[in-house]
Amino acid sequence: MASVDIRQVRKAFGTFEVIHGIDVDIGDEEFVVLVGPSGCGKSTLLRMIAGLEQISGGEISIGGRVVNQMPPKERDIAMVFQNYALYPHMNVFDNMAFSMKLRHAEKSLIEQRVRQAAEILDLTKYLDRYPRQLSGGQRQRVAMGRAIVRDPQVFLFDEPLSNLDAKLRVQMRTEIKALHQRLRTTSIYVTHDQIEAMTMADRIVVMHEGHVEQIGTPLELYDRPANLFVAGFIGSPAMNFMEGTLRREGDRAWVAAKGDLALPAPRGVGGSDGQTVVYGIRPGHLRIASDAEQGLPAEVEVIEPTGDNTLVFCRLGDIIVCAATTERHPLQPGERLRLVPQRDAGHVFDAATGQRL
Amino acid sequence: MFVDTKHHRPAKPRAAPAPPRFRLGESRAAMGLLFMLPAASILLLFLAYPLGLGVWLGMTDTRVGRIGHYIGIENYEMLWMDSVFWTSVFNTFLYTVVASIAKFALGLYLALLLNRHLPFKAFLRAIVLLPWIVPTALSAIAFWWIYDSQFSIVSWSLQRLGLIDNYINFLGDPAWARASVIIANVWRGIPFVAITLLAGLQTIPPSLYEAATIDGATPWQRFRYVTFPMLTPIIAVVMTFSVLFTFTDFQLIYVLTRGGPLNATHLMATLSFQRAIPGGNLGEGAAIAVTMIPFLLSAILFSYFGLQRRRWQHGGTD
Repeated sequence: MASVDIRQVRKAFGTFEVIHGIDVDIGDEEFVVLVGPSGCGKSTLLRMIAGLEQISGGEISIGGRVVNQMPPKERDIAMVFQNYALYPHMNVFDNMAFSMKLRHAEKSLIEQRVRQAAEILDLTKYLDRYPRQLSGGQRQRVAMGRAIVRDPQVFLFDEPLSNLDAKLRVQMRTEIKALHQRLRTTSIYVTHDQIEAMTMADRIVVMHEGHVEQIGTPLELYDRPANLFVAGFIGSPAMNFMEGTLRREGDRAWVAAKGDLALPAPRGVGGSDGQTVVYGIRPGHLRIASDAEQGLPAEVEVIEPTGDNTLVFCRLGDIIVCAATTERHPLQPGERLRLVPQRDAGHVFDAATGQRL
Repeated sequence: MFVDTKHHRPAKPRAAPAPPRFRLGESRAAMGLLFMLPAASILLLFLAYPLGLGVWLGMTDTRVGRIGHYIGIENYEMLWMDSVFWTSVFNTFLYTVVASIAKFALGLYLALLLNRHLPFKAFLRAIVLLPWIVPTALSAIAFWWIYDSQFSIVSWSLQRLGLIDNYINFLGDPAWARASVIIANVWRGIPFVAITLLAGLQTIPPSLYEAATIDGATPWQRFRYVTFPMLTPIIAVVMTFSVLFTFTDFQLIYVLTRGGPLNATHLMATLSFQRAIPGGNLGEGAAIAVTMIPFLLSAILFSYFGLQRRRWQHGGTD
């Protein structure tokens, strides 16, 4: 097991730069998720760590060794591909044993390691089967088995769950996390699914257009997003945003938005009086006011019950905001109500730079 | 997936049952027969009938201009004693085996080259197909000039390079003639093998190579353990066709050497024609043609077992 250090790494295809100098330090035994919308460079970064793409600039080291010029097999990594990349003409045993066979490992050792991995992944029954005879989840496990057999310093996962159906995806997510807790192998996991990132990661690296937007634990990113992009990307349903002007009076600070709305800024917010800002609040932090309470006047547009909670989409001035409530309000579209933002749950971002204030 | 709903739709209950009446359009079996008829009649007329006629002719002493009589297996007995016939059998096997192996090796090599990222890829692929598109008779005439005893460009070049003193008698010397027709056949057959194998190569997902690279496979091991096994089904198809085409080759030989010199390049197909048409012995020619059938059948049986889906291709739908 080893740490992975990424220093000022750049990637250009011809003259077109897709990754613009990224720094990430991944600790030993850590499970780090690279997340971002498609085209943000997360897969390219992973492939550079694997050695499948040349590094155009900067340095990647695994376990303290700079690997820039090292071929993939010397980097001591294993990779799980999105389409699993199982060899269709080899049965499960041979798929898992392939890397050891290439290294001319002893037969008994290969047998032992494959059986061990198969046991961990509950694949013992399927060792004679061919990939075509397996279900999606089983193939996924074989792909992981192939990685485990190699006993590498680092596991690399390239969107390994995106070919599975929703239910299996949740199940495999838990299995991968449990596997990491058992093996403690440093893991780098690429996904575009922020829920996958939140649930699995020790730390998340949010990427956008070839830059790192923020690095932190899942809850750090959720509670204190560094900028508008992270605020909008992490969390489902997404954060509500309203433009306005920051107002300060003594210790009190609020955001004055269109339609005479006063949105309470959290304590300790930066920025100066009169600054143009974006106010953000998560749907779960918008409460539907009781009859006696003051609040932001809104009109119900759409109601989406999910069971755990109910998402109420309301028109507030000229924008639509979403409020999530666990209570069962008998609401109807067109009904008027008042929304109460939880005081310190708001986020204020500079409108020009998008950075948190 | 398409579901043929038209034919599996349960009959609708009708309000007033009409008297049962046969309608062609509603009978699946009758329509099936009707649609099969054109293809079946073409096959019967142009394949089955000539084949049957050939087998029958082989058992007669028919000559051009004379109706023959049934003579049993006399033609075959004669062929058994005929050294020219056995030379042609040997030639056919030599020609087929050497040319097929060469076509496979060079075709696979070419396919692997074309599968890389090359400049002008589409253009190169089009060029590779050229030998296959040109009519055989035309390319044979071109080879005829290349192999000409006085004007051969090969001899001329080799002499200029100082490698030979006298022009090579490509088509006049038995050994050279055999080599020459095999080379011409290989040249003509490579595109078919190369383009088909290239199509097969392109169905192999790149991620398999990446996985193999990470697993530590060298380029040779990637070919040996990934490319080649995944290509075997298509290799079986291509080589079956290639062997059948080569075994029955006629045009190239007939234009280049007419079977000479000293029958050194006579194949069974050319000998059959030679005896039947210019020689006038239709019965004997037919008998030679019939002797090709067991060889071709065994090639087809070989391919039938070779073409069966490998176990790893079975099962699973997604």
